[in-house]
Amino acid sequence: MKKSDVPQDKSNLESAHFRELCYAVDENGEYTTENSTGWTPKTIALNNAIQDIKERTENARKRAEQGLTSPIEYFMELNKMDLGILTSYVGFFRWQVKRHFKPNVFKKLSDKKLQKYADAFNITVEELKTMKYED
Amino acid sequence: MKIDFTHHQSAHCENGVVSNLMKYNGFNVSEPMVFGIGSGLLFCYIPFLMVNHAPAITYRTMPGQIFKKFATRVGVKIKKEKFKTPKAAQERLDENLKRNNPVGLQVGVFNLSYFPDEYRFHFNAHNMVVYGKEGDTYLVSDPVMESVTTLTDKELEKVRFAKGAFAPKGHLYYPIAFPETFDLAPAIKKGIKDTCRTMLAPVPIVGVKGIRHVAKLIRKWPQKKGIKVANHYLGQVVRMQEEIGTGGGGFRYIFAAFLQEASKELQNEKLKELSKEMTQIGDLWRDFAIDASRIYKNRSSKPDAYNQVANQLETLADMEEVFFKKLKKAL
Repeated sequence: MKKSDVPQDKSNLESAHFRELCYAVDENGEYTTENSTGWTPKTIALNNAIQDIKERTENARKRAEQGLTSPIEYFMELNKMDLGILTSYVGFFRWQVKRHFKPNVFKKLSDKKLQKYADAFNITVEELKTMKYED
Repeated sequence: MKIDFTHHQSAHCENGVVSNLMKYNGFNVSEPMVFGIGSGLLFCYIPFLMVNHAPAITYRTMPGQIFKKFATRVGVKIKKEKFKTPKAAQERLDENLKRNNPVGLQVGVFNLSYFPDEYRFHFNAHNMVVYGKEGDTYLVSDPVMESVTTLTDKELEKVRFAKGAFAPKGHLYYPIAFPETFDLAPAIKKGIKDTCRTMLAPVPIVGVKGIRHVAKLIRKWPQKKGIKVANHYLGQVVRMQEEIGTGGGGFRYIFAAFLQEASKELQNEKLKELSKEMTQIGDLWRDFAIDASRIYKNRSSKPDAYNQVANQLETLADMEEVFFKKLKKAL
């Protein structure tokens, strides 16, 4: 890639005011570096991934409201976690976390256990129970 | 307290931290040099592991490997520590800062407040240097950022004790001893040989064979998984390639820059030619990303489009196979 070809597309980097560093060759064929504001193929891939997470989160929220799953699953998706990551944050086994997804089991969880989930999601126990939280 | 540490931006965090720490200690080693000597280039498909609900592909070696190999090959000793409690981790960090010693830290990205939201995934092998503390605020040199930044002690504790795969456990590291004579030539040769060996390894998921393996998978995805999932997977291949630590295309350019520098260091003209060839391969990886993005942009497409990008990958595998065979002989 030539230095002049380093892409300067609009991307999500803009919001944080930073540009990434790319290696490219100058007119004499020597390697040098150039900052890039972003590259569209990458931005689309990232935006699709974000969109996918949003859909998963929305889906979990609806199911939690309908009583088909517990708020834990909703907050797990909201925090871009999967079962493995959540498990390692709260320190339970996978099967336990899966069990806590059941609304009936969730209702009976001790405050101590709920606190662990709340800590993992960076919210209070009250927010976890009501699914209302402030960002 | 603030250590007189110079921040240089890099394309990839691990190279950057190593290069910046070496420069601080008076050894002018560039990012591509660290990457090449540390044999950072790779292609590996990791079966069974799902990242963000899609298969994991890596274009680089395991976190920490670049620094480890670089240090052994140039004769630098590193001190590494992990901690059971955040308190112990913070105390050791403060001790080092008091001794005027900037340290490298492994951190998780999800809670890095200065990153754009969209980039904050549960990726735990990010690297940064802490070079000072003012009140409760740590002075941070994150090599992928254009300039230095800061984190409060609470924020730093969170990222140092992120959980999940590659949990950092407060991982802290810094060089403690340097060689008397700093000769890069033998280290460069070792680095190149190692990269050639892994890229040509007779393992179905590694190196050029790994690229072919993924090409085969891509052909199957639309029928096997449906268009939606196939697009999600393909998007992940590109994200792994270009985003998460500048991956494939980006890493190929860093490697080409390394070969150019190595050709001067070893006075080997062949490496200069091979550097040009690697640049072209890097360009083709980017073409692959562009064509793949056309597919997942529309969120629907013909199966034939998948075959086309799979063909591109196979061409890349062929080219890299020829390339690394030549590179092995060029030394």
